[in-house]
Amino acid sequence: MEKKKNLLSFQLNADDFLPATADEKESLVIMRESVGFWQDGFRRFKKNKIAMTAFVIVAVIMILAFIVPLFYPYAYEQQIKGSERLGIMEYSASELDRIAAGESVFPHFLGTDQNGRDYTIRVLVGARVSMTVGIIASALILLIGSVYGAVAGYFGGNVDMVMMRIVDVLYTVPDVLIIILLAQVLKFPLQNLSKVPGFGWITALGPNMVSMFLVFALLYWVGMARIVRGQIMVLKQNEYVTAAKALGATDGRIIKKHLITNCIGTLIVTTTLQIPSSIFTESFLSFLGLGVQAPMPSLGSLASNALNGLQTYPEKLFAPAFMIFIIILSFNLLGDGLRDAFDPKMKK
Amino acid sequence: MLKYIVKRILMGVLTAFIVATLTFFIMNLVPGGPFLSEKAVTPQAQAAMEAKYGLDKPLFMQYLTYMGDLLHGNMGLSIKKRGFTVTDIIGNKFPVSARLGGLAVLVAVMIGVPLGSVAAYRRGKTLDNIIIVFSTAGIAIPSFLTSTLMMYFLSVKLKLLPSLGLDSPQSYIMPVIALSLYPTCYIARLMRSSMLDVIGQDYMRTARAKGVGTFKAIFKHALRNAILPVVTYLGPLLAALMTGSFIIEKIFTIPGLGHEFVSAIPSRDYPLIMGTTIFLACFIIMMNVIVDIAYAFIDPRIKLK
Repeated sequence: MEKKKNLLSFQLNADDFLPATADEKESLVIMRESVGFWQDGFRRFKKNKIAMTAFVIVAVIMILAFIVPLFYPYAYEQQIKGSERLGIMEYSASELDRIAAGESVFPHFLGTDQNGRDYTIRVLVGARVSMTVGIIASALILLIGSVYGAVAGYFGGNVDMVMMRIVDVLYTVPDVLIIILLAQVLKFPLQNLSKVPGFGWITALGPNMVSMFLVFALLYWVGMARIVRGQIMVLKQNEYVTAAKALGATDGRIIKKHLITNCIGTLIVTTTLQIPSSIFTESFLSFLGLGVQAPMPSLGSLASNALNGLQTYPEKLFAPAFMIFIIILSFNLLGDGLRDAFDPKMKK
Repeated sequence: MLKYIVKRILMGVLTAFIVATLTFFIMNLVPGGPFLSEKAVTPQAQAAMEAKYGLDKPLFMQYLTYMGDLLHGNMGLSIKKRGFTVTDIIGNKFPVSARLGGLAVLVAVMIGVPLGSVAAYRRGKTLDNIIIVFSTAGIAIPSFLTSTLMMYFLSVKLKLLPSLGLDSPQSYIMPVIALSLYPTCYIARLMRSSMLDVIGQDYMRTARAKGVGTFKAIFKHALRNAILPVVTYLGPLLAALMTGSFIIEKIFTIPGLGHEFVSAIPSRDYPLIMGTTIFLACFIIMMNVIVDIAYAFIDPRIKLK
């Protein structure tokens, strides 16, 4: 036995410096691969049953709204003579004759409207219009909001003060009033603009739809800008930003490559939750008759038209109503699921 | 504190001014005028009419005149409703909308707050799940669908409630439910999550430990802190209900201000458009300011800057 060492002695135990044995080496091997931000998020997202269901429903509706109308035997503006106001699965007299003659006639699942247009395809195209407005408006909001918020948050000081005061003012502007006004007003300049060469695409989309994108983009980016600014103000304190600056990166590059990419989780979540609220507003406007132009259907205008024949054809109201409900609900649930999975603040 | 209030009010006035200016110029961007739709108007008569309402002057002069009159509280004469001033129309129609909106806010708070609190207290139990499903579904239904579906089932099918107008107390039921469904569900969700935060805090455990009953602990001790997010939501909520009632007023043919606003736009009744927009905007802005200031009084921890 060696004698008890003096506590203050510098004499070292030589055994501590022997090469590590295989056993010891094994204990240092990392058992699990490191998990990146995306993998981590997707793993959590996949575990969330409600969010996964919502994701599947959104995918199914997307297919129904964007792909099925391409193959559907009827077109949304096609007026079938003699088959006006059919009920669910009904055939008109001429169609019954054709069936009797051995022809196959594609059924009107939801009947037809007062102009003899197949209602199923109108609901599907209406869903397409609503989703297009929701998605494009949200993309514009994402673009404007994130750039504005990032610039304000990154530069700070007086720039931030002035930019955020503008946001504060826009935030308190009563949105619905201005939207109704703008939706009416923008129609005419856009109709004139669509005659100018190079702007023909406006006619393809319909001036009303374009004015709706513009209106949403002009008013709703403020929420996004506030969120992004908050994130950027925290992120810009990080060492990698100082490092990038020291390496001579320009402000634009730092914002684009380092800061925006680092708050991508928040951006995805906020945009996903923006889609249902844009659809909500779009259907509201269409219901008031300020939305997309006839004969283009939108879920809101379909519901509004169905009011006249409510007593006899209630299914004309139920179909678009159910569609709006399902679309908004599943986007909301999907957004909530994404937030639980990707928002750093929700991690516990 | 005083500085904050003054600053908030000044911001509100600035916002109101911006809204008024924006509305004025946006409105005049539309080609055509209020007299074009009328049949067989001689050019002389049209010029005389335009001169009467000051529409013959350059746009910027019209703007200055209007803003000057506005500062004196004069919103001008309605062009389409002959003989009525805009102030008269607003005075007649606003109380209808306000009563409806106010009732809806009351219903939303009275139902949403207890629902959210109970859900938080029974976290993970059946009752909580029922409330979550109900409130998640509720925020996915636009008010025009609630009202049209209710109209179909309650008025057309069962003939229980009157479908149009606001003549009897029963006729308030459907518009108020339609207006308050979304905010009720939203408040319930808000309340549930903030109540969950509060319930986990130490002072709640202390309260329970010293023998405070469940009901008292939730509705007296926890509620005061948990209700703060709901208070902040009240400002935007009031705004949404005042303007969201446009569609409800249209469906139930209620003679409110929203109805007036929506129908004034296609007919180019400039003074009426300006008047209703400015009035509603000022109302909404004022509500937001009041809620912000009230918030600071309710929660002394919040330092206003």
